[in-house]
Amino acid sequence: MITRIRAGRFVDPVKGCVEQVELIIEKGKIARILPPGEFKEEGPRIRTINAADKLIVPGLIDMHVHLREPGEEYKETIDSGQMAAVAGGFTSIACMPNTMPPNDTRAVTEFIIEKAKRTGLARVYPIAAITVMQKGERLTEFGELKEAGAVAVSDDGFCVTNSEVMRRALEYARYHGLMVISHSEDLNLSRSGVMHEGVVSTRIGLQGIPAASEEIMVFREISLAALTNCPVHIAHVSTAGSVEIIKRAKDAGIPVTAETAPHYFSLDHKEVAGYNTYAKVKPPLRTPEDVQAIKDGLAEGVIDVIATDHAPHSDIEKKLEFDKAAFGMIGLETALALTLQLVRDKILGLPEAIGKLSLSPASVLGIPGGCIKTGVQADLAVIDPECEYVLKREDILSKSWNSPFIGKKLKGRNELTMIGGEIVWERKSKHPRC
Amino acid sequence: MRKFDHRHLIGMGRLSVDDIELILDTAESFKELSERDIKKVPTLRGKSVVNFFFEPSTRTRTSFEIAAKRLSADTFSLSASGSSMVKGETLIDTALNLQAMKPDIIVLRHPSSGAPQLIANRVKAGIINAGDGINEHPTQSLLDLLTIREKMGKIKGLNISIIGDISHSRVARSNIIGLTKMGADVTLSGPPTMIPVGVESLGVRVVLNPAEAVKGKDVIMLLRIQLERQNKALFPCVREYASYFGLTEKIIRAAKKDVIVMHPGPINRGVEISSEVADGPHSVIFDQATNGVAVRMAVLYLLIGGAK
Ligand SMILES: [Zn+2]
Repeated sequence: MITRIRAGRFVDPVKGCVEQVELIIEKGKIARILPPGEFKEEGPRIRTINAADKLIVPGLIDMHVHLREPGEEYKETIDSGQMAAVAGGFTSIACMPNTMPPNDTRAVTEFIIEKAKRTGLARVYPIAAITVMQKGERLTEFGELKEAGAVAVSDDGFCVTNSEVMRRALEYARYHGLMVISHSEDLNLSRSGVMHEGVVSTRIGLQGIPAASEEIMVFREISLAALTNCPVHIAHVSTAGSVEIIKRAKDAGIPVTAETAPHYFSLDHKEVAGYNTYAKVKPPLRTPEDVQAIKDGLAEGVIDVIATDHAPHSDIEKKLEFDKAAFGMIGLETALALTLQLVRDKILGLPEAIGKLSLSPASVLGIPGGCIKTGVQADLAVIDPECEYVLKREDILSKSWNSPFIGKKLKGRNELTMIGGEIVWERKSKHPRC
Repeated sequence: MRKFDHRHLIGMGRLSVDDIELILDTAESFKELSERDIKKVPTLRGKSVVNFFFEPSTRTRTSFEIAAKRLSADTFSLSASGSSMVKGETLIDTALNLQAMKPDIIVLRHPSSGAPQLIANRVKAGIINAGDGINEHPTQSLLDLLTIREKMGKIKGLNISIIGDISHSRVARSNIIGLTKMGADVTLSGPPTMIPVGVESLGVRVVLNPAEAVKGKDVIMLLRIQLERQNKALFPCVREYASYFGLTEKIIRAAKKDVIVMHPGPINRGVEISSEVADGPHSVIFDQATNGVAVRMAVLYLLIGGAK
């Protein structure tokens, strides 16, 4: 069986260009990349995908996802998360360890990998905990976790408060070739807070989380990276101050990489007014100035990666008083549209934008993907950048629908997802305009 | 006929100047009733008012209860320990259950900001916010406005200082909105640890030192200091608070001669207010309590008793 994808424009984040080509896929791999019209074979062995007016992109990679299994399967399972991923154009996702129990042992890591393989949907790369039970005290068994298939370590959801523990984690992780991902939050500053501390929190009477709560810990991680010369990756950057700190660290040659989430460049703290718990997230939505700084950080390459921090919660955790509701929002199915908005707003070029959703996270985690060339596994997505639609709750494939983008107009969406040469997802209902 | 076009009283932000004046005028006419021998009228006969309190508050609850009873409404009280909330029922579920019993008004006091709004969208009964978290306490603000109007003859153009823990005070937040809306000039004062970020965006100024903040003022409003905040590093101890931020005779002298001193109660004598000031000629604390009943009668009447 040979699959031919014709007439699409191919976005190449490696070469930084968009070109009209035909992709020929055989045995799960990219077999040939040809100029349009050069492929002449026909017959029953040839399956053709018409990608006219569409973009062909490397399969997207989300390095920050919460799959909730084991333990909270009513919010998301590995399956349902994989399904949401492929619907959103993601072919690989890395899942955070804050499950119940947390992924701090080989057994949990192996369970996730085994379970994920069965569906044949998005590839799942577990991120293991830095410390046992994510308590911030004793390191987990990095060597064994790596062997079991973990690609990074993080105590995401919690900050490793003890700087000595974080320092040793960086040193030990580098030896095993694991990236350390920091959830940067000074808990003493943020503890009672439920939204960004600023004019909106003052107006609506909610306790604030100051920007400094994030920035203090970003700065600490960078100090430790400089001390140890070990790489660190900063998760979900949300403030102008963090962008500035990371920029200076990069200029100084300190091994730091960073990610932000689409909501930090798409929404600001005004979204919370009206006590909208779907807009309650950690770190919180910040000010319009922070949103601008995040965009600048993406444009200037200070922020390497766009990752969703997909955090499913059911209405049991969300239909509550604002201060009692859980932090987090889903993101797998909206990331592409929100990132394409950056392209339309001329913040990022198309190859750069797709690169932040594929090539960059692959290189941070040291996993395959993000690049389409002869001989690599055929993980890709065919997207329609022009399709406009209003996000509806019933269109969401994640088990949870805690998204502040429901009811909002989005532009651009995934139409087809291929993993290892197999079509794992294809949009059934074509939008009238698309 | 002036119309009050609201189903709920959630916050001062949603009331217009006309709405506020209508409430105050109505309250004034009810006040006269409270002076009579027989203090009851049949206006709300057959209506039921549920006091739904998730925080202990004898004062506000009693005030609402008296107000409802003077209008002949049937009143019921639910507190957090008596309701199923302790068994893990959500606020929405509890409210829907309550709704099934068809009350006309639910008076809600809740520790979470935004709680009244959460249930107002889901029940048929009118919701009166009797204090939500650190957000708003609109009937307190209305009774303060009534007291100021009564004592000073107007609100517009007055210079008013609010002193205390502004950050964590729903009374302050409602009064900032209510007073600025009615045209008063509002100054906030207190320890810098208790002034919320960017509060100037609400149209007020900040003068931290209370001695400075009361200069030339017509009205001084004090807030109750919650003593448990000491261990949150907001202020070192009661003694130091009293000596740097407590209102004393000496400080009051810088205000206008006929300044009035207000406090939502209960007061901490010797902390935010000295005994001489609390019991002195400027204090209108008991008038506030009287006006509380009148204002709550007015709100109940306008929400469910008025000609709609
Ligand atoms: Zn996190």
